[in-house]
Amino acid sequence: MTVTTAPPVVAFALTEEQKLLVDMVRDVLKDRATSERVREVMLGDDGFDEVLWTELANLGLTGLTIPEQYGGAGSTFTELSLVFEELGRRLAPVPLLSSVVLGAEAVLAAGSDEQKGAILPGVAAGTTRLALAHLDPAGRLTADPGVRAVRDGDAWVLDGTAGFVVDGRTATHLVTAANGPDGLELFVVAGDTAGVERTDLEVLDLTRPMASIVYSGVRVQDADRLSGADAVAALHRALEAGVVAIACEQAGGTQETLRTTTAYARDRVQFGRSIGSFQAIKHRLAEMLVASESARSAAYHAARILAAGEREELAIAAPLAKSYCSEIYEQATGHGIQIFGGIGFTWEHDAHLYFKRAKSTKLLLGDPKHHRALLGQAIGL
Amino acid sequence: MATDERKLVDEQIEALFASHPPADTPEREFWGAQFDHGLAWVQHAEGFGGLGVSPRWQGEVDRRINEAGGSTRNRYLNVLGIGMGAGTIMAHGTDEHQQRFLRPMFACEEIWCQLFSEPGAGSDLAALATSAKQEGDTWIVNGQKVWTTLGHLAKWGLLVTRTDPDLPKHAGLTYFIVDMEADGVDVRPLYQITGEAEFNEVYFTDTPIPDDLRVGEVGQGWAVAMTTLMNERVAIGGSVSPRGSGSISLAVEAWEKLHGQDGDPVQRDQLLSYWAEAEAMRLTTLRAKEAAKQGTPGPEGSTAKLHWADLNKAITSFTMDLMGPEGMTYPGGYEFTRPDQTSNRGTSAHKAFLRSRANSIEGGTSEIMKNILGERVLGLPGEPRVDKNIPWREVPRS
Ligand SMILES: Cc1cc2nc3c(=O)[nH]c(=O)nc-3n(C[C@H](O)[C@H](O)[C@H](O)COP(=O)(O)OP(=O)(O)OC[C@H]3O[C@@H](n4cnc5c(N)ncnc54)[C@H](O)[C@@H]3O)c2cc1C
Repeated sequence: MTVTTAPPVVAFALTEEQKLLVDMVRDVLKDRATSERVREVMLGDDGFDEVLWTELANLGLTGLTIPEQYGGAGSTFTELSLVFEELGRRLAPVPLLSSVVLGAEAVLAAGSDEQKGAILPGVAAGTTRLALAHLDPAGRLTADPGVRAVRDGDAWVLDGTAGFVVDGRTATHLVTAANGPDGLELFVVAGDTAGVERTDLEVLDLTRPMASIVYSGVRVQDADRLSGADAVAALHRALEAGVVAIACEQAGGTQETLRTTTAYARDRVQFGRSIGSFQAIKHRLAEMLVASESARSAAYHAARILAAGEREELAIAAPLAKSYCSEIYEQATGHGIQIFGGIGFTWEHDAHLYFKRAKSTKLLLGDPKHHRALLGQAIGL
Repeated sequence: MATDERKLVDEQIEALFASHPPADTPEREFWGAQFDHGLAWVQHAEGFGGLGVSPRWQGEVDRRINEAGGSTRNRYLNVLGIGMGAGTIMAHGTDEHQQRFLRPMFACEEIWCQLFSEPGAGSDLAALATSAKQEGDTWIVNGQKVWTTLGHLAKWGLLVTRTDPDLPKHAGLTYFIVDMEADGVDVRPLYQITGEAEFNEVYFTDTPIPDDLRVGEVGQGWAVAMTTLMNERVAIGGSVSPRGSGSISLAVEAWEKLHGQDGDPVQRDQLLSYWAEAEAMRLTTLRAKEAAKQGTPGPEGSTAKLHWADLNKAITSFTMDLMGPEGMTYPGGYEFTRPDQTSNRGTSAHKAFLRSRANSIEGGTSEIMKNILGERVLGLPGEPRVDKNIPWREVPRS
């Protein structure tokens, strides 16, 4: 162990303003992200809930973390993390992770002032929807992504395939990682550029679409190459923020699972007793509570550390949150199905939607094993 | 004794193969002949699909059929009949029932379903509310059943009803065989987390059942139902597959495809740990088979059911993790179909992962299996019961 300094302390308590934000988001989602609506979207062709998205944009939630000079609210990631926790409770199918976190953070970190000025106001307004295309076709994060960039005079030509792009089919712009002559570059490619072919993957979690994107001789201008800073470092920042956002979403989903399952255990009677009176069920729920509380703490801590810009602690907090929350969410949703019994195994019940979201987010942007390895590096183990 | 039995079984296998070459005989015809040679359920009496020998020889029979290119898939195409109905009819049915139902069941000419669970009665099966009222030689059935696997294909159903609501809950039950084509039977699909509808909800509205399709005495339905459930647990957990087959083979396949020799040592160790556990469980099942007596299996059948359910869930979930990003996909997509068999077998790693979640629910939940093992095998005291000696009418229900 080489870590000796005490970790920075950030307060968990919400400010009055943050509480109002949570209430507002809950209100919207209560009406808009009902189970019926989520199912309608997940089985439809739109790929995301445009009505809800517009409403979130009108409330300024798509611009929360975008700096004011680029048309956003300039709030911190703490505020945004609260939104993710609420979205996670309801599995709301909107591209907040792909556009406002993965895409926008990459642009913020790698773009020039001019590029940020051109792209981010649209993101803040919700009219531009970014997706980050940075994985190879098999979904691996390697030094060599699936796409290659070759210079052609003032322009670039992109060829290759990016896999597992969250919201990739419906995004207006693809922040594309490509290997150029001088290493990794990030390009902002309009989704309708000639030579871009986007196909939805058949995904486990229908509430979060992913696409495979083939680039065949796609021409982009040099002005669309993010040129403000190093692309590798920028990508790293975007992914770190993405990981924290997912952890907050997972904490929300875990709490919701615990809530609905506990309510059922109270109401469901077998053998003349509420099933929650059986210790097999009661103890399992109590264990879920303990785990859920710790998942929340890990997620909240990571969000606040990210907000505070404590880079060194974030290297610990982010992988910790992602690995821990992933495991807990998966366990909780598995217990959820079990406690609901037969009804929990049906399509019409929501338990499977959470179960699938849990498994899918566990494997998204690095599985727990990957993140524990990062944690090990960060604490010098 | 054992050598006599072996000789008898061998002779019948040879005779069957001579008259009906397994690889060249149409499936149903072969299964019918298999029944006639007493090789359907070897433990049954002669003339009822058996030879009156220890059930342990069945594994040998099935292995030989498979080796000779024949099929034993009737055992899961008609799992509720062959796995559960047959044992029940042998133990409690009349001669006419046995003559009428066993052969077409084994040959898959008639598919069976199990009409036990209700919205209000799952683990607490004895709380069920579907009523049967006697009118002369006929019973009139009203009520709703749920989670009825293969109900959409079934010709016959194993049905438990309440015939006397004023008795304590276990005492007022009566068991029937119901014709799924009779009046007032309405079978509606229920879709599962895989998208498929293996199971159904079944509504009975004034459905008539002739009294000669009653199994066991009036009021003895609980004992008959127990026989079905004991057989079910053995059918679910107790089949012995070859070493390394089943869900562990999917895990090994994923490992070899994605990682090979330079895979992560921690995952490799986890994989081997599951492999060892799967093999130990398989050997336990083999050992239990060897000791099995003729007749209805006892509560120890819950051992295999419990172990298999929890291990299968763990292995299929681990397999998704092994696949990494591919574990976020569902190849083929969700298809909202009504399949002609349950997909516990022969399926992709992805579907196996989702399907396995039912293993600890179907056929009695893992919590209930633990209660059975604790109380009936280990002899621990039961939980205090609030519902035992009062009329069913007065038991609180949700
Ligand atoms: C895929 C599938 C196929 C099925 N096929 C059939 C079929 O063909 N025919 C049929 O009749 N039924 C079938 N079933 C129904 C199955 O038998 C029931 O789902 C099961 O018995 C549980 O009942 P339930 O769903 O009502 O859950 P509940 O009994 O309500 O149980 C809910 C939770 O409470 C727990 N619980 C209940 N009582 C206790 C206790 N005393 N102590 C501790 N925990 C307790 C359970 O373990 C479970 O976790 C099927 C189910 C599935 C999932």
